[in-house]
Amino acid sequence: MAAELTAIQKTLLENIADLHEIPSGAYNIRSDGGMLGRNTTANIDIVTKTDKPGIDIIIKPGTKNQSVHIPVLITQTGLKEMVYNEFFIGEDCDVVIVAGCGIHNAGDEGSEHSGIHTFHVGKNSKVKYVEKHYGTGEGTGERVMNPSTEIYMEEGSHLEMETIQIEGINSTDRRTYAKVEENASIVIKEKIMTHDNQVAVTDFKAELVGENSSADIVSRSVAKNHSKQTFKSNIIGTSACKGHSECDAIIMDQAIVEAIPELTAANIDASLIHEAAIGKIAGEQLIKLMTLGLTEEEAEEQIINGFLK
Amino acid sequence: MLELRNVSYQVSDDDAGEQKEIIKNISLTIEDGFVAITGPNGGGKSTLAKLIAGIYTPTEGQILFNGDDITNMSITERSKKGITFAFQQPVRFKGLTVKDLIKIAAGKNININEACGYLSEVGLCAKEYIDREVNASLSGGELKRIEIAMAIARKTPLTLFDEPEAGIDLWSFQNLIHVFENIHEHAGGSIIIISHQERILNIADKIVVIAGGEIKHYGPKDEVLPELLKGAVPAPGAVSDDTTLGCPTLLDKLK
Repeated sequence: MAAELTAIQKTLLENIADLHEIPSGAYNIRSDGGMLGRNTTANIDIVTKTDKPGIDIIIKPGTKNQSVHIPVLITQTGLKEMVYNEFFIGEDCDVVIVAGCGIHNAGDEGSEHSGIHTFHVGKNSKVKYVEKHYGTGEGTGERVMNPSTEIYMEEGSHLEMETIQIEGINSTDRRTYAKVEENASIVIKEKIMTHDNQVAVTDFKAELVGENSSADIVSRSVAKNHSKQTFKSNIIGTSACKGHSECDAIIMDQAIVEAIPELTAANIDASLIHEAAIGKIAGEQLIKLMTLGLTEEEAEEQIINGFLK
Repeated sequence: MLELRNVSYQVSDDDAGEQKEIIKNISLTIEDGFVAITGPNGGGKSTLAKLIAGIYTPTEGQILFNGDDITNMSITERSKKGITFAFQQPVRFKGLTVKDLIKIAAGKNININEACGYLSEVGLCAKEYIDREVNASLSGGELKRIEIAMAIARKTPLTLFDEPEAGIDLWSFQNLIHVFENIHEHAGGSIIIISHQERILNIADKIVVIAGGEIKHYGPKDEVLPELLKGAVPAPGAVSDDTTLGCPTLLDKLK
């Protein structure tokens, strides 16, 4: 039921979901506010919301080793949309969910995608969630993405969220909230690079409410040129739990990086740690790679690629 | 062939508000072969190596490499001409793996077996290390061997090692000697090793002694080493193999 992909749509799909063709398994491809294709499977159902734009993704209990792709493509200049996607993941699942948004803006009007994702992760389920953002296009129009993610984790569940934004997004404001119950754990890995005059704000909040719950938030970022980044994290422990947040940023040129880690412990057995480091590329790292034959620019590129790998 | 002509290097000493001469008018010609540089700490050995590698630029004098004047060439240019420098204190990289660095050092896309070969040469169990990040999780000794493996992978006409033994335990040091014996046997070109270890000096063809920014001795090992060792008799029961030619002895000798 999928339509043929255009060259631009293919490029965007490759960049945000490593997809070269329409994926196998369950998927929903949204393009310029409409549905480009959808496939459901025996275990994974995708239903269009009736009260607002967006979809419900319903994964049956016990679904293992299956994946859902829900990429969003925008190729129309001036398109602004707000989408609500809700994931209902049954108990004892083990699934991979790949979202992501690619904007190709060839015009002079701003294109904007705001996605509000809500996850209900059932007992003892394991979820890997990947969200990549990518912008391109020769137009002067801004490419804006404001993703919001709410995650409710039931007992014994585990979710790993990986967010990647490497280039082309002028402005992003990411908000993530997680509520973690007994024996459940969440791992968030963020990779972000901003350049020119881009602005990126990320704000993570994790509430560890259950015994033996845990959160690990790791952000690695590179800020180039005149770009500005703000990293906020807040881990709140109200039970015997473990929380760790780490923000590690490379600052270059005239960029500005702000790191605001926050911890709140409301239980004597809550163990919370935060680490934040901002610095330029170490001179000795550049020198070492130059003694191996790289130019300063090549050395810089290797260091950044490795850092964001 | 490397030639230093009247090379000096001065830095400004901010505290004293004056110029300090670290290297004083050194002239030195190093032919192909294995040359060890030794001398007391603070004598200018590492500075000399950094001047050769291009990390520092001489305040006076000229450096020639195979007849070309490289005095004002960048680190990268010198590296491309065939100069490799293994640091005394290896650098850590978040995110770059051992394999990444060995690939960069080799200057081409090498396969896993080749990369592992270089690690095995320095006594590292290659499979355990090849995908490790070169970050704080590696010990000083492990980093040091990876640094040496990178230098081997580059196979350049001139390789400088700054105190390869520093940070390596005694047991591993035995293996390290074999590594350098191997390099000496199989590699062409020049190898310059800054070292305090008698066993390393012992496998050199020539030895340069530097103290106070000047060359005090330069000659064949058989001439220089016995001179250095005179007066450096190990205490009874000490392992003579690991006699460290430390400061006091040398300073005495050089007076």
